[in-house]
Amino acid sequence: MQFSGRRKLLRLAGDRRGEVYPHSLQFYLQPPTENISLAEFENFAVDRLKLLKVVENLGVSYVKNSPNYVQKLEAELRKLKFPYRALIEDDYDARRKDHISHFILRLAYCQSEDLRRWFIQQEMDLFRYRFHQLNDQLVGKFLEYVNLAYDAIDATEKTSITDKLVNSTPGFIDKKVGEMVFYKVPFCDAVDLVRVRRVYFHGGYAYVPHQDIISIVLNNYRTQLSKALALTARSLPIVQADERLQPLLSHLSHAYVGPDYNVQKNTGKISLEQIDALSVKSFPLCMRQLHKSLRDNHHLRHGGRMQYGLFLKGIGLTLEQALQFWKSEFIKGKIDADKFDKGYAYSIRHNYGKEGKRTDYTPFSCMKIILSNPPGQGDYHGCPFRHSDPELLKQKLQAYKIPSAGISQILDLVKGVHYQLACQKYFELTHNVDDIGWSLNHPNQYFIESQQLLSGIKEIKKEQRQPENSQPKQSSQKSINTAATATTTTTTTTCSSLNTMEEMELEGLDDCFTED
Amino acid sequence: MAEFEPGSLPDLLPLYYRRVFPFGPFGRWLRYGDVSKNYFQRREFSFTLHDDIYVRYQSFNTPQELEKEIQKTCPYKIDIGAVYSHRPIQHNTVHMGAFHAQEKELVFDIDMTDYDDVRRCCSSAEICSKCWTLMTIAIRIIDRALVEDFGIKHRLWVYSGRRGVHCWVCDDFVRKWSTTLRSAAVEYLTLVKGGEETIKKVTLADSIHPFVRESLNVVEEYFEEYALVGQDILGNKDSYDKVLALVPETVRETLQKEFCKKRDSVQRWELLKNKTEKLNKVRWEIMLQYCFPRLDINVSKGINHLLKSPFSVHPKTGRISVPIDLRKLDDFDPFAVPTISQLCCELDKTGNDQGEEEQKDGVPESPRRNRGYKKTSLAPYVKVFEQFLEEMDKSQKREHPKANDIQMDF
Ligand code: SF4
Ligand SMILES: [Zn+2]
Repeated sequence: MQFSGRRKLLRLAGDRRGEVYPHSLQFYLQPPTENISLAEFENFAVDRLKLLKVVENLGVSYVKNSPNYVQKLEAELRKLKFPYRALIEDDYDARRKDHISHFILRLAYCQSEDLRRWFIQQEMDLFRYRFHQLNDQLVGKFLEYVNLAYDAIDATEKTSITDKLVNSTPGFIDKKVGEMVFYKVPFCDAVDLVRVRRVYFHGGYAYVPHQDIISIVLNNYRTQLSKALALTARSLPIVQADERLQPLLSHLSHAYVGPDYNVQKNTGKISLEQIDALSVKSFPLCMRQLHKSLRDNHHLRHGGRMQYGLFLKGIGLTLEQALQFWKSEFIKGKIDADKFDKGYAYSIRHNYGKEGKRTDYTPFSCMKIILSNPPGQGDYHGCPFRHSDPELLKQKLQAYKIPSAGISQILDLVKGVHYQLACQKYFELTHNVDDIGWSLNHPNQYFIESQQLLSGIKEIKKEQRQPENSQPKQSSQKSINTAATATTTTTTTTCSSLNTMEEMELEGLDDCFTED
Repeated sequence: MAEFEPGSLPDLLPLYYRRVFPFGPFGRWLRYGDVSKNYFQRREFSFTLHDDIYVRYQSFNTPQELEKEIQKTCPYKIDIGAVYSHRPIQHNTVHMGAFHAQEKELVFDIDMTDYDDVRRCCSSAEICSKCWTLMTIAIRIIDRALVEDFGIKHRLWVYSGRRGVHCWVCDDFVRKWSTTLRSAAVEYLTLVKGGEETIKKVTLADSIHPFVRESLNVVEEYFEEYALVGQDILGNKDSYDKVLALVPETVRETLQKEFCKKRDSVQRWELLKNKTEKLNKVRWEIMLQYCFPRLDINVSKGINHLLKSPFSVHPKTGRISVPIDLRKLDDFDPFAVPTISQLCCELDKTGNDQGEEEQKDGVPESPRRNRGYKKTSLAPYVKVFEQFLEEMDKSQKREHPKANDIQMDF
């Protein structure tokens, strides 16, 4: 994309304009090539950010694609002048805005794993909404257009496997299956369906009912999008060299996701002796649980070491402290000092960017803890609100002297899959506040807020905080600059390809081997 | 028979690698008919030497070079890693970020320690013939799904040498799978979920997916003998309370009262069956929690993850990591797997002149090819491995007829 100082209007003849954006939704495969003014660039970016934020909020408050959700989202799209109906004839301006603004946000949201995760999530929801607006004929056309048209299975094959098809998808009834169209989709195009075992699989093919084809499309869209974000991240240094854009981009990306809690002013201000007490007073439940099981078992498995180790780094443990902390605990168990130095020390230095690719790894956010790498046998990591049996959670809360009214409130939130809200409630109950007035999305945020509250410096903090929950202001040049100076730490991750690649890099020496 | 003793490894390993380790078939496997440029050369090997010294990122130009190096350094353990974008040995000279893992077999690691909450006979690294059934069940369930559901052909199942089994899925298309696809496959194959903070680890949906149905069929074959008789999971109050924690409260109380009147696990299970007649799912969930395979997702997910090589020695037990013949799966006995001391002993008995004899009829370019295993009890296991390779050769011939002609020099 080129940016010119002046607005240069690029007008295409009516019929050619239709060719550029034949559909109301797109995979955003081609970056825009036209010149746009800085002012338009800014407007587009801010509008899309507003839109994605609305998408996020609606997703929390309503069932996705329920009538209320659809109605509210449509209103927002209309207000912000994004394409909102599939069939509008001359929708060129809206589609162009959609296209360009998507690419601008890619620049801002490619920089760290958390940013990518958030961006992909919202874009996927937006896409899903739009896809649902298409009628069958348009769906067919779109599938052709993006090369995802698959063969339907014939009637004989269908009859021979009817019971399998019926049992594979919850809520199916025999009779319906006869009338339904099933596509044979290669295994590798159906990752999301594989994961949740939602359709019938045979011989390397997923038998996808028409209604689930959306999942194949989304799957494909996400793969392309995350690859594209990784590529964008690699070319980012060039974009960042443009001093007109850099501040704007970093403002955009910090507007909603909040800080990453990697850089800490108070590095080295916590002593190892304090940790036991802090774990009771100021650690969120997930970290308290990890700390306790480390003390009890003198060991933590890989997932726990990552989650807890990076959290500790975030609250200010230096590398030397971390090495000492883990070592002193591990050697009380089955690991001797020598084995620790050879196996485990590496991965701790790795977390601090002292080994391997030397990337400085950031503490995990709640989203990451809740969504990725669930605990298995022998594991204590994860989010207790998400990964513990409600019964055990209840016992634990009772043991921590949470009043029973509070416990049932928490359990209700858990039931409604509002894990972070449940954690927030836990914070309120343990800190004796009625309403914390911020929304929790990071264990380190929990820690900092708790410390500030306990030491009575909460009030000062309130003014300094990033406006993470407020609506973005129409950014005047001034506000961009100030935001930029406040956030000069742009994460420069050496992003080799997908998020998962990065996660793999996290594995230290000991974790690449299997003990058998 | 020679009892294995870890201290003797330094004396046994040289002999094992010189005379017994089946380098021929081993090299043939990892060359994969040289499917793409420098495929073998870009493969990572990693060695564990004495005192737990790990040497990662080793790579070799030819299987012969690998053989020489192994015979020279005599590693306690050999691990196989991914095929990288560049030769792993040069990983430090390649620009950061450019060096990355491209392909690897899809691997599974099933480890008996992960079943500690449902085994009563042993714990952690111990195994016995009673709990070994869990591995048999695991292999049958996973292997069926790989073949029938995923359309996979080439699976090599290997005993790890101590407390578990590994699976190497070698089909060309699978070796190219992304991390995402690998973890999705593991999730598909996972029914037991949750860590130390979860009691009920299996929750079935109302409609029973064909994969679950098929898996239950396997479990049902073994359940009574393994779980009720062998493990006696309803044998006393402590153990049946653990099972009762998994049933709905409505039936729990009655069962609790009546269980003590029954004599043994089989009778108690009968009772539970009667009381849950309309609640099939409850029983199935219990059966799965006690028997269904538990895979370590992290081993399977990472393309760059290392896994112990087949025919490597387990340094603690001395047992060789041997391929398992699926046609005789129920008869596989981990305690019958030869140890390195046993093999070396057998070599001694057949005499020391074998080496020279081999040289006479040996292939010219590799005069000292290891064939010693033929004289030892490792032979049948190598045979299983060779059959696996033959199947791969056949597929390869079908898919790349030309490339294969040149590759028949083994
Ligand atoms: S919500 Fe976040 S901070 Fe709270 S326990 Fe879960 S992961 Fe930890
Ligand atoms: Zn046992």
